Amino acid sequence: MRAYVEGIGLLGPGLPGWEQSRAILTGEAAYLAAPAVLTASPLLPPAERRRSVPTVKLAMAVGAEALAQTGRDAATVATVFTSSSGDPDTLHQILDSLASEERDISPTRFHNSVHNAPAGYWSIATRCREPSTSLSAHDESFQTGLLEAAAEVSSDGWTVALIAYDLPYPEPLSKVRPIAGAFGTALVLTPQPTGRCLASLDIELSRGDEPVSRMVDIGLEALRTGNPTARSLPLLAALARVGAGGAPEAIVLDLPPGGRVAIRVGGPC
Amino acid sequence: MEDTRIPDDLANFDCRNNRLAEMALHTDGFAAAVASARERYGADRIGVFLGTSTSGILSAELAFRARDPQTGALPSTFSFATTHSTGSLADFVRLRLGLTGPAFVVSSACATTSKVFANAARMIAAGLCDAAVVGGADSLCLTTLYGFHSLELVSPTPCRPFDADRGGVSLGEAAGFALLERAAARPAPGTIHLLGAGESNDAHHMSTPHPEGLGARLAMERALTSAGLRPADIDYVNLHGTATTYGDAAEDQAITGLLGTRTPVSSTKGYTGHTLGAAGIVEAIVSVLALRTGLIPGSPQTLTLDPVLRSRYLQANEQGRLDRVMTNSFGFGGSNSSLIFGWAA
Repeated sequence: MRAYVEGIGLLGPGLPGWEQSRAILTGEAAYLAAPAVLTASPLLPPAERRRSVPTVKLAMAVGAEALAQTGRDAATVATVFTSSSGDPDTLHQILDSLASEERDISPTRFHNSVHNAPAGYWSIATRCREPSTSLSAHDESFQTGLLEAAAEVSSDGWTVALIAYDLPYPEPLSKVRPIAGAFGTALVLTPQPTGRCLASLDIELSRGDEPVSRMVDIGLEALRTGNPTARSLPLLAALARVGAGGAPEAIVLDLPPGGRVAIRVGGPC
Repeated sequence: MEDTRIPDDLANFDCRNNRLAEMALHTDGFAAAVASARERYGADRIGVFLGTSTSGILSAELAFRARDPQTGALPSTFSFATTHSTGSLADFVRLRLGLTGPAFVVSSACATTSKVFANAARMIAAGLCDAAVVGGADSLCLTTLYGFHSLELVSPTPCRPFDADRGGVSLGEAAGFALLERAAARPAPGTIHLLGAGESNDAHHMSTPHPEGLGARLAMERALTSAGLRPADIDYVNLHGTATTYGDAAEDQAITGLLGTRTPVSSTKGYTGHTLGAAGIVEAIVSVLALRTGLIPGSPQTLTLDPVLRSRYLQANEQGRLDRVMTNSFGFGGSNSSLIFGWAA
């Protein structure tokens, strides 16, 4: 499956945006972990901005960053949202409340608990009525989201924003499901190259045992293995290097059991 | 469900949601049909694309009640990844059926097990698999019960879609599965095809549908376009029709705006209740059964049709030959999905 990258969004610990993070990903600048700062999207109407939970803030920030590079109206772009979980803070609050005597859930908290809440807020903010799907596959959520987005681009000919995000749970869920930092990324993928093309991707499902791509920097490698969406880091690093004039690269993402997502990252078309 | 046993080698997946899935997998010879498909295609060529809205969150609800009073720790018996985690359903079903193709869960509230048909069709078209297990499971939990009560959307009586006195949803739970295969050049007689699928978003509100059913209509239009069909080609529509005041009115506008007032329509939620994330697969199966049997389902609890609604709404069951059936599923977040099934040409 071939897709062309037209925009990239990134927000994670010590990675405050795609532009600001490229030199870190190519190894030219040192990586220094610092918590990602999440803010409610200015694209949202005031009521929805007030009701924004962390997953919504993170997903909308990386989605908006990637879309801004394309010059496209977000209302015309289909979306694939992917995360290992619904909003961790909201789920914690609901579980905590249901274990108490009151068992009270507010309507806003309930609608914020659905896995597709970021997709709903995004659609309201961008007036986008294009097809949208919200996926989850535990530690493989990014990889399967990439397969779905690539299938939409290649089978349906759609331009697709892949928006991936994962955040840590509060205690006690953090003890049984540790997730390192808030990490989100977005890729706008097109079926044909355009004047704003940043890279080409050839994405295949492999049954081989090619070694999985890792990060050289110890901190970034810990982030890669610690946050499901950060499994994207080797792909993002390849996009940074190829974007800086580097040679085409082959990236391998894990897809257990016994699978790999093999990606060839080529230069701007 | 209490008597259903998850096999020992998958015991860590034991939770209400996966038990519901286990029951459906072993109903109507489904697991045997998948085993036969596995022989034909290979385990790695069959994908698993399933929907659930709340997965095994009931396990987390129970674990939160059993926290250690001193440390606040969750009980050691709680297994997050195999029960609570949204992806757990796809993991369980893939392992249970011995499949190794691509797998994920779609969680788009009450549209989810309809949308997975579109995901599977794309994955087969893109060559990532030759067949796919679709459907899913959604089980009752306190989150859903208290959440819907907070929205004041639960009917005190069995739900009455399109009734003038409709008073909200009847919450239910269900699991269902279908095996989708790449269409054969010469389909066997009696084969049913997924003719089209359409998806959209409302871009309106998180928990209230667009008042004119704009997103619903877009999903139906896209399903027709992808099937290469005109509105007049649809013989029956199985509605989302949850029996909320606004939801039924919005869907009625979408139906009459696109299909007019002649196409027979009904919601089968008067029979089943609203099975939430499982409603899409339940009603896809009802639609295929309507094609196969010629039984066009009515709406048992609907007594007095709302005169404001203009669709040709069936209250009683009818008999007749159907060639093409549309089924709608809509969910929170403004998520809409419409499917069209019909006889293989």
